[in-house]
Amino acid sequence: MNSEKKPMEVFINGLIKENPTFVLMLGMCPTLAVTTSAINGMGMGLTTTVVLVLSNVIISLLRNVIPNRVRIPAFIVIIASFVTIVELLLEGFIPSLYSALGIYIPLIVVNCIILGRAEAFASKNPIIPSFFDGLGMGLGFTVALTIIGAVRELLGAGEIFGYAVINNVLAGICSVFGAEPIEYVPISIFVLAPGAFFVLAALTATQNRIKRKREEKGLNADKIQSGCGSDCMNCDNNTCNHKFLDI
Amino acid sequence: MASILKVSSNPHIRSKASTERIMQYVVIALLPATLFGIFNFGLNALLLVLVTVATTVLTEYIYDRCMKKKNSIGDFSRSFSGLLLALNLPPKAPLWIGIIGGVFAIVVVKMLFGGLGQNFMNPALGARCFLMISFTSIMTNFECDAYTGATPLAVLKSGEGAVKLSDMIIGSTAGTIGETSVIAILLGAAFLLITGVIDLKVPCSYIVSFVVFLLLFSGKGFDIEYIAMQLAGGGLMLGAFFMATDYVTRPITKNGQYVFGIFLGIMTGIFRLFGPSAEGVSYAIILGNLLVPLIERFTKPTAFGKGKKGGARA
Repeated sequence: MNSEKKPMEVFINGLIKENPTFVLMLGMCPTLAVTTSAINGMGMGLTTTVVLVLSNVIISLLRNVIPNRVRIPAFIVIIASFVTIVELLLEGFIPSLYSALGIYIPLIVVNCIILGRAEAFASKNPIIPSFFDGLGMGLGFTVALTIIGAVRELLGAGEIFGYAVINNVLAGICSVFGAEPIEYVPISIFVLAPGAFFVLAALTATQNRIKRKREEKGLNADKIQSGCGSDCMNCDNNTCNHKFLDI
Repeated sequence: MASILKVSSNPHIRSKASTERIMQYVVIALLPATLFGIFNFGLNALLLVLVTVATTVLTEYIYDRCMKKKNSIGDFSRSFSGLLLALNLPPKAPLWIGIIGGVFAIVVVKMLFGGLGQNFMNPALGARCFLMISFTSIMTNFECDAYTGATPLAVLKSGEGAVKLSDMIIGSTAGTIGETSVIAILLGAAFLLITGVIDLKVPCSYIVSFVVFLLLFSGKGFDIEYIAMQLAGGGLMLGAFFMATDYVTRPITKNGQYVFGIFLGIMTGIFRLFGPSAEGVSYAIILGNLLVPLIERFTKPTAFGKGKKGGARA
């Protein structure tokens, strides 16, 4: 099980095949709570990525030292240290993002992506794959959060990254026809809590559909078997033909 | 002999009742309220009703085509949600409100959960709450040509201004298109009761528990006029007879329907008396819809021959 894994495969696995948000459904609390705008989602994702990479590396280094019975407290201490460092850095250098993310920065400690990757991957694998696993998972999380944030911001405020996209497009179309510009009325439910659920569900469904279409064409037939729920990396089931790696 | 002794499995009693026919009756029963709303509020109300109904019918048709589903159910069940949603919109709302609401009601609330008979929440109410949260200022602006004042419930809540009970019963007050006229709604409800489409279990327990709640907590004591105004104002009558009685989203069990009605009454009372806004019927019914599986589980009747209550669960 501890055989060497190729860094690129591990990286792509985290980014797409086992995307923590759309496939593994991990870390739902920050996913739903902070993605009110694209920039918030991106900030949250990158912050988590930094913590995830660092904690994965350190836990991988210490994996033979930490006694099995106290491994979870040990992981938490390591993760909490990095979260504290990142929190203080954010407060010092990007105060606007710090205030926008608020309580969700300290809550990265209990983010199940980080603890989950520590438990499922870093504590069982050498340092290089662990680094790439953290990077892939973190960037996958970042991409997912940015997309969710962008959709919510676009529908709920008519903007992406603060630029009034819809109003500018509408004004452009109207000026072509020489008409008065139409104001976009934002669907404000999308920046509220219910909107997060709508967007997450819609994007997950889209992602599943694309996957299924590719599979029907015989492309990329590897996916997590529905109902399996764990990651293929550490799966002991050798009869499963949905594995994506030749372990 | 074989042709004479034809034995089929039950049910043996046949009736003409079908989903389509029931929906037809419900749509007919909504017509008085709709017509009065159009008469009361004018052209925009008519356009809003037409646009919303057309949107729901068209959306469901397109969705079925895209998902390659069979279109076995006729137009009345499709237009019912749209009509109910339109009756819940303010008369001067822009037409795109009806379109967005109609699409949301059909696609998100109804079809994504499996279509007619599978939706866990009343599509019209789900869409209304979606619109209320998204476009609060449009959805709570009841000003139109005929009426510029606040809704009767808002007047009751703030204590400023005055409304006459007789106006509220006839329906010449501000409000959503279909909720103002108690007479028109009761006319439709009577039609449904006579044809047996709905029964009084849910509406009665709803209204009675709401009145009891008012008596206990409104601080006005036994004030007949106040209670009558609370009953006649807002969406209570429309909600009690047309939305809470929806076959799909109310409990199946008999006792469950009483529990459901009482829950709605209490929640409506809480929203109206202690909530920030004057109205709370739609949120109360939506909350009730979500509790239906739970209510059904606890009020499941014991099957014949299974012994006493509680003994059935082995």
